Amino acid sequence: MADMNNQAGAGRAAEAPILTVEGLTIGLPSGGDRSSAVRDVSFEVGRGEIVCLVGESGSGKSVIAQSVMGLLPKALPLKAGRILLQGEDITHAPLSRLRELRATRMSMIFQEPMTALNPVMTCGDQIDEVLSQHTTLDAAQRRAKVLDIVKEVLLPDPERIVASYPHQLSGGQRQRIMIAMALVLDPVLLIADEPTTALDVTTQAQILKLIADLQGRHGTGVLFITHDFGVVAEIAHRVAVLRLGDMVEMGPRDQVLKTPDHAYTRMLMASVPTLRVDERPLDAGAPVVLKVDGLVKTYDTTGWFGQRRVVHAAKAVSFEIRQGQTLGIVGESGSGKSTVARCIARLIDPSDGTVLLGGALPGERAEDIARLSASRLRPLRRRVQIVFQDPYRSLNPRMTVAQAMIEGPVNYGLSKPEAMTRARGLLDLVRMDASALDRYPHQFSGGQRQRLCIARALMMEPELLIADEAVSALDVSVQAQVLKLFEEIRERLKLAMLFITHDLRVASQVCDTLAVMSKGEVVEIGPAHRVFGDPQHAYTRALFAAAPGRDFAFGG
Amino acid sequence: MAGTTSSSGASGAPGLSGPAATPGMNAAEATVANYDALSVESATIVTQRSAWQRVRANLSVRIGGGVLALLVAISLLAPWLGTVDPTLFDPVSRDLLPGKVGEITTLEGETIKHRFLMGSDSFGRDIYSRVIYGTQVSLIVGLATAVVALAFGIVLGLCAGFFRWLDGPLMRVMDGLMAIPAILIAIALVAMWRGSLPTVIIAIAIPEIPRVTRLVRSLVLSIREEPYVEAAISLGTPTWKIMLRHILPNTVAPLVVQGTFICASGILTEAILSFLGVGLPPDIPTWGNVMAEGRPQFNQYPHNIFFPGIFLAVTVLAVNILGDGLRDTLDPKMAKRG
Amino acid sequence: MFKFLARRLLSTLPVLAVVAVLVFLVLRLTPGDPAAVLAGDAASTEQIAQIRAGLGLDRSIPEQFVIWIGHLLTGDLGQSYYYKMPVADLIGQRLEPTMSLAVLTITLAVLVAVPLGVIAAWRFGGWLDRGLMAFSVMGFSVPVFVSAYILIWLVSLKLGWLPVQGYKRIADGVGPWLYHLALPTITLSLIYIALIARVTRASVLETLGEDYIRTARAKGLPEARVLMRHALANAAVPIATVIGIGIALLIGGVVVTESVYAIPGLGRLTVDAVLARDFPTIQGVILFFSVVYVLVNLAVDLSYVFFDPRIRY
Repeated sequence: MADMNNQAGAGRAAEAPILTVEGLTIGLPSGGDRSSAVRDVSFEVGRGEIVCLVGESGSGKSVIAQSVMGLLPKALPLKAGRILLQGEDITHAPLSRLRELRATRMSMIFQEPMTALNPVMTCGDQIDEVLSQHTTLDAAQRRAKVLDIVKEVLLPDPERIVASYPHQLSGGQRQRIMIAMALVLDPVLLIADEPTTALDVTTQAQILKLIADLQGRHGTGVLFITHDFGVVAEIAHRVAVLRLGDMVEMGPRDQVLKTPDHAYTRMLMASVPTLRVDERPLDAGAPVVLKVDGLVKTYDTTGWFGQRRVVHAAKAVSFEIRQGQTLGIVGESGSGKSTVARCIARLIDPSDGTVLLGGALPGERAEDIARLSASRLRPLRRRVQIVFQDPYRSLNPRMTVAQAMIEGPVNYGLSKPEAMTRARGLLDLVRMDASALDRYPHQFSGGQRQRLCIARALMMEPELLIADEAVSALDVSVQAQVLKLFEEIRERLKLAMLFITHDLRVASQVCDTLAVMSKGEVVEIGPAHRVFGDPQHAYTRALFAAAPGRDFAFGG
Repeated sequence: MAGTTSSSGASGAPGLSGPAATPGMNAAEATVANYDALSVESATIVTQRSAWQRVRANLSVRIGGGVLALLVAISLLAPWLGTVDPTLFDPVSRDLLPGKVGEITTLEGETIKHRFLMGSDSFGRDIYSRVIYGTQVSLIVGLATAVVALAFGIVLGLCAGFFRWLDGPLMRVMDGLMAIPAILIAIALVAMWRGSLPTVIIAIAIPEIPRVTRLVRSLVLSIREEPYVEAAISLGTPTWKIMLRHILPNTVAPLVVQGTFICASGILTEAILSFLGVGLPPDIPTWGNVMAEGRPQFNQYPHNIFFPGIFLAVTVLAVNILGDGLRDTLDPKMAKRG
Repeated sequence: MFKFLARRLLSTLPVLAVVAVLVFLVLRLTPGDPAAVLAGDAASTEQIAQIRAGLGLDRSIPEQFVIWIGHLLTGDLGQSYYYKMPVADLIGQRLEPTMSLAVLTITLAVLVAVPLGVIAAWRFGGWLDRGLMAFSVMGFSVPVFVSAYILIWLVSLKLGWLPVQGYKRIADGVGPWLYHLALPTITLSLIYIALIARVTRASVLETLGEDYIRTARAKGLPEARVLMRHALANAAVPIATVIGIGIALLIGGVVVTESVYAIPGLGRLTVDAVLARDFPTIQGVILFFSVVYVLVNLAVDLSYVFFDPRIRY
């Protein structure tokens, strides 16, 4: 699909462009770290081509998208430049003209399908609104058109969908409704602001395919905003790379992604984990640090009227991790991977099964921590530590870094001075300056905070480190640094690691063995290179097939 | 070493400088150093004024706080502001209009000339003195009500948030308490226990407790879900320490805001109780009492009601404005709405 | 939906139970002997004992409670010591003025406050917004009786437009009824308007920050439609909630307003009963107001069914 798109795209670009952006500069409110959200950005989107605006957080890509539609808040003034839609200068167009153009010539779809639809209007009414606002069709004609577009976005049972409220649909279905609303009047330009970021891998693949198909059929120009390079590889004709408001590089997809010019782009490409896994040496003789057997977690709630809701979050999960090795658990939302991690860390209590810890050192017996009472569990807690997903909520905002770090060891009787010494050593290990100790979390960026959390976890000298989506919230370049840090730590401290993620690329980078979970069960488990190279289970195969840009070789 | 701290603004200038690797680093360190120079992260300077600075700068806080400070000063300096003992009266000087001069008999039996700045009431007492001294009572009642309500509310809220089995029944009781209109509870309690300063304070504080309990409980429940609390559990921190070091400090801001509103409400309620005749005994000069006594003469001598009324309104207004300002600066969720 | 309705209905029962217990306890724990009060200073001990037995005060507290509840459920709220008539009848007599005042106030407040709040949120930061915020802070800072007297002085005494005090029954004509209730209604509604306008503004502002508003604008819809069909429709639930909770404020205000304007309603009755230490009446009135509060909030919660389809399905 990718190559054909490229060729087709190259041909169509010769016509007059749908969207032209020239020298766009948009300011930021004063007091920020820079004066412009976007500086002197220029690009074009031609008929029938998909242009991806890609960049990390703070790059200004969303701001550009919103400025085209005229949706910028007053706090972000357009200081310079022009925006031309099919040759018409809409830079300073009055709101009334912009409203006429919206949905008829240019449309936008957004990131969070959960919140982007009005919860108190039916889906059908929300699509109908577009028609009644911009056309003179009567009710029956509008209804026919609504049903047509709902069918075109491949939603089953259109009559029922049209009468449903958004909360009755799944995330993927809601995004299709958004697309339907955007394309019902066949605009020439579609702006898509991270439309698949909040969706599962398989759903994402479907939506991407839908957008590409619709776009191909109607000849719509698409401006696609994303931070995911796999997505770019999958659907883009041309790519523009942004960094902190500047356009760093632009060109056809293959050129930018495989042979980038700019140093920043090269660095980004080097940071994107590839999906190929080479065989890693696995020391089969290493002592077993964690052995999970038949782990079950069931949520059983009985309402007042006798209706019972039973959710099997984890069903009979079994695996083991040896010292110095990383086991990855991948799965989509609802697969139970986080449940398993939290059961092992005893943040929630397993319903059944055993979790055997240790037995590695001579003279030590393995302990089953699954059902231990709180008081008997305490001395064992230090052996399993966890790093969470959200770096902005993982540190108490009112405690200094030093206080956060020494909290753990002090609980177990270490004296404060000794704990501080250990803290300094660990800060060094995670490549943070010792001056961080006196600072508060809000003074650090996301990636730095995550490193602090890793250091805090290591203060306990654990045997097992759990990373629960620990890099999912980070930019791709920061993610690469933190992943490298995890590798280093594992090497140096001979840790066992349990790495939970939904991102296959991350898993392929860091895992020795891999378990794939779906609906609470482990459907496949084995050495990473074997699972990636030769997946056995149908679900695993489907999961890998859905990974965007999986065959793409990123350069840099 | 390429240790990144937040003040690396210089290296973050757009228009990239060259790689930050220096000779002497090995390959891994060099790569990381390059990443640090080029990545978006290192270019972001984080500036944030401390909470205290934000609070001080807020206009509402300044105005409300300023007026309140003035009132506190007035209440402390009461004896020296040209007042006389507020219980003194002289039938000769009854119902004087504001500004008139009249006579007043002191405790020693002397009769002195005195200008009744705010007029006199039907007993011949100096309204100005009563209003100034009344400031003391109102501020004390307001503050004490807030302290009592917060104290009980925090304890109950923590219990409800931490002990699941206690949560249900406790919140039902709180719901029941909230269902009875606050004024009625206060009136009934004061009627039962006879009006004195401590009983009035408790009577006014009791209806405020459920709201604080609910607030604390919801704060506890939401903070418990935060990853940093889960991290503390993993680190082996015992429950009481989690409550003290992680949860409580993060509840201070909303509770301070709530406290100011309770203070305002307390001052108001005390005035209403006194006005209705079910509050503090009439010999204690409170604004409500002064107004209650001035009721029958309102048509001819409105000054009895207006002066204390204005003081009351200004005080409560000041506290409410202060509370608004504190809320805007301290409570980030509320502040979003400007 | 039915689960929601049933659950909501059932949850009022424990609240009512707690109210009953609290009201009962509060007054039973009074120091001093109500029988002695009733009997007067010259009574002998036997007379006092007789009265006590008559009032059932010689039984144990739990027994008294059960008997009391039994009476409540049959509508018997006891006998007023002071007025010498059944409390239930007493309440019935004084009901109309209070209800009139309350209903008029709520209507006026909602009709004025909600549009003000919506416009203030829409024109966030503008002069109307700031004016409204200033007004609303004043609205609940200036006590009811102070604003009552200011209005009386201005409107009744100086301008002579409306009467100072008094109440006319609706049966005697709607004109006079409104004429006498106009000033009290306006006075009382000031607080309520302040509260509702504030919450409306906050709720609409919060809704305007939601993603679906951005989607609606991206569809090219005019701002009026975005405000009404998308923002207000979603902001309705918190606004309805605060109208319900504000009833408690309203009741407090009613007590004072009736006192100032000499309206012979339940508020006046409460104050008089407290001054006379007439416990059955105090109990009865507090119970009545609490039950009204619980029922009004129940109605508000049930109304969510109309506002929020997530509850319906």
